[in-house]
Amino acid sequence: MARQDSEILWQLDQVGFGYGDQSVLRDLDLQLEKGHCYGVLGPNGSGKTTLLDLFCGLLVPGTGKLKLCGRSLSGWQPRQLARKVALVPQDFVVRFGFSVREVVEMGRHPHLGRFATLTEQDHELVDSVMQEMGVDTLADRPVTRLSGGEKQRVAVARALAQDPEVLLLDEATSNLDIYHSLSILGLIRRRVREQGLTVVAALHDLNLAGFFCDQLIFLKKGRLLYQGTVDEVLQADVISQVYGVDARVRKDVFSGCPQVSYRVPGLEVSRTRLSEFRVSG
Amino acid sequence: MTGRSGFSAVTGVVLLALLLASVVLSATMGYMKVPANDVLQVILHRLTGTGSELDPVTVAVVTDVRLPRILAAVLVGGVLAVCGTVFQAILLNPLADPYTLGISSGAAFGASLVIVLQVFGLTLPLGLSIPVFAFAGSLGTLFAVLSLASGDRRLSSTSLILSGVIVAAILSAAIGFLKFLADEQVGIIIFWLMGSLSGVSWQNIVVLTPVALAGLVACMLFGRELNIMATGERAAATLGVNTVRLRWILLVICSLMTAVCVSVSGIIGFVGLIVPHLLRHLIGPDNRWLIVLSFLGGGLLLLFADTLTRAVLPAEVPIGVLTALIGGPFFCVIFKKRQADGTAGL
Repeated sequence: MARQDSEILWQLDQVGFGYGDQSVLRDLDLQLEKGHCYGVLGPNGSGKTTLLDLFCGLLVPGTGKLKLCGRSLSGWQPRQLARKVALVPQDFVVRFGFSVREVVEMGRHPHLGRFATLTEQDHELVDSVMQEMGVDTLADRPVTRLSGGEKQRVAVARALAQDPEVLLLDEATSNLDIYHSLSILGLIRRRVREQGLTVVAALHDLNLAGFFCDQLIFLKKGRLLYQGTVDEVLQADVISQVYGVDARVRKDVFSGCPQVSYRVPGLEVSRTRLSEFRVSG
Repeated sequence: MTGRSGFSAVTGVVLLALLLASVVLSATMGYMKVPANDVLQVILHRLTGTGSELDPVTVAVVTDVRLPRILAAVLVGGVLAVCGTVFQAILLNPLADPYTLGISSGAAFGASLVIVLQVFGLTLPLGLSIPVFAFAGSLGTLFAVLSLASGDRRLSSTSLILSGVIVAAILSAAIGFLKFLADEQVGIIIFWLMGSLSGVSWQNIVVLTPVALAGLVACMLFGRELNIMATGERAAATLGVNTVRLRWILLVICSLMTAVCVSVSGIIGFVGLIVPHLLRHLIGPDNRWLIVLSFLGGGLLLLFADTLTRAVLPAEVPIGVLTALIGGPFFCVIFKKRQADGTAGL
C-alpha cells in the first residue's frame, strides 16, 4: 500500500479554546499528517484532552480555524466524522451488562442507516477486530466483568470497528500495567505500519512516548511549546522546560529508543545511604 | 449475540401470547363469570361483524365494562414500562423511572388542585377536569424541569435528575398544602394519588392507543443509539450520536406518553422501574429488544395486577399499592440475586 506521506489531516490555525474566561488552549498552529503516530505530551491541565476533543468534534474551537482534510470541522456531520476518527477514552465504562461483542458492534453505528442491521461484512469486520485485539474469546462476556486491561482492549476493538483513518488515544493505557500497555500499543503500532492508520495519543509516560510515537507535540498551559520527531524534541532541556524536572535523555542500547531518567535530590541521598548500608551489611 | 437475539425473539412471542391469553382470561373474570368462548365471540363479533349475537347483558359487560379497563391496563402498563426503559437508558441510571422528572408530582398537583377548587365551590365535572388538569400539571412540570436543566449545555443526567428532584420536592409540598385545604375531600386526592383504572371508558382508549403505539415506535427507532449511550456520553458522541438531541427528543416523547397515562389512571408506581430490570435480567440490555418487550411485559404485569384487584380480591385495592406490593418483594429477590452475581446496579 503506497502511503502518501504529505497528506494533511488536521490543520490548526491560531486555534484557541476556553471555558468562560478561563482559557485552556491558546493560539495553536499545528499540522498533522497522515500515517504518523503522534504523541501529545505535557503536564496535567496542559490541554491534551481538550486538543483530542477538538480533533474529534466533541468541542468546537472558540477562536481560530480548525480544518480536517481541508474542510472546516464544523462542516462535518457527526456520523461522517465518526467514520474517519475514533476515540479510545482513558476509562471505558459500559453500563447495563452489554457483552463484548455487542459493544464492539456499536462501532459499526456510523456506517449504518437507522433501519439497517449488521450485514455479513459488518459481522466479519467485528470478528476480525475482536481477534486482532485478542478479545474474541471473551465475546459473550459482559464488559462489566472484565479486567481493566481487557476492557481497554474492547475499547480499542470498538474504535477499530469504526474502520477509522485516525485513532485518538486519550491516555488509553495509563491505568494499565506495562505488559498490557505495551501489548495494546504494539497491536496499534502494527496497524500504523501495515495499514497506514494515523494515531494521535495523549500520553504521560515519556519513555512510552519515545517508544511508541514518531512525532511528539509538547503542550504547556495551553500553548504549543515544541513539535518534531522523537529524536528532535525528546531532549533533556525540552523536558525540563515543559515539566520542570531535572531529566537526562540517552539512547538506550537495548531498545534503540531515547530513554529518559530523572534526578531528584531527595532520592539521590537515600540511594547513597542504601549502598552504604549494603557495604557495611 | 445471535443466541441472545434469538432468545429475545422467543421471549417476545411468549409474552405476546401470554398477553393475548390474559386479555381474554381477564374478561371472563369478575362479578359475572363469562365463559372464554363467549368472550372470544363478542370480540370477534365486534371486530368483524360476523358470528352470532349473544345475550345483550354479556355483550355489555364484556365490551362496555371490562374490555376498556383491560385495554387501559395493557396500554398504561406498557407505556410506563417502555418509558422506564428509555429513562434508565438516557439518564444512565438504573433507578430512573417514568416519574424521575417529576411528571407524577405535576399530575398529582393538577388533580389535587381541581379537587380543592371543588371544595371551594368551583363546579367542574370531575370526571373530565381531573385528567385535563393532571395532564396540564405534568406538562408544566416537564417544562419547568427541562428549562431548569437546560442551563447545562450538555443536558447531563445529573442536571436532569437534580432538576426533577427539586421541582418534585416543591410540588409535593404544594400537594401537602392542597391536602390540608381539601379537608374532608382529602380521601379523593389520596385515592387518586394511589392510581386506579376503575373509571376508564372507551374515550380514554381512543386517546391512549395512538399515543402508546406512536410513542412505542418512536422509542424503538432510537434503540441502537440508546445502547451506545450506555458507554458514556463522550464515547457515544465520538460514534456520531448527538447525545443532547437524543435526550431532548426522548425525554419529551416519554414524558408526553407518561402524562397521558397518568391523566387516565393516576399514579401507578413500580411498573416503570421493575419491568425493565426484570427483562434486562432475562434477555440482556439490548434496547432494540428491551423497548418492545417492556411494552408487552408492562402490559402483562399491570393487567395481572388490575385483574387481581378488580375480580379476585374481596375489595378493590388501589392498583398503585398493589403493583408496589407485588413488585417490591420480587424486586428485592432479583436485586439480591444480582448482588450475589456481582451485577447489581447495572
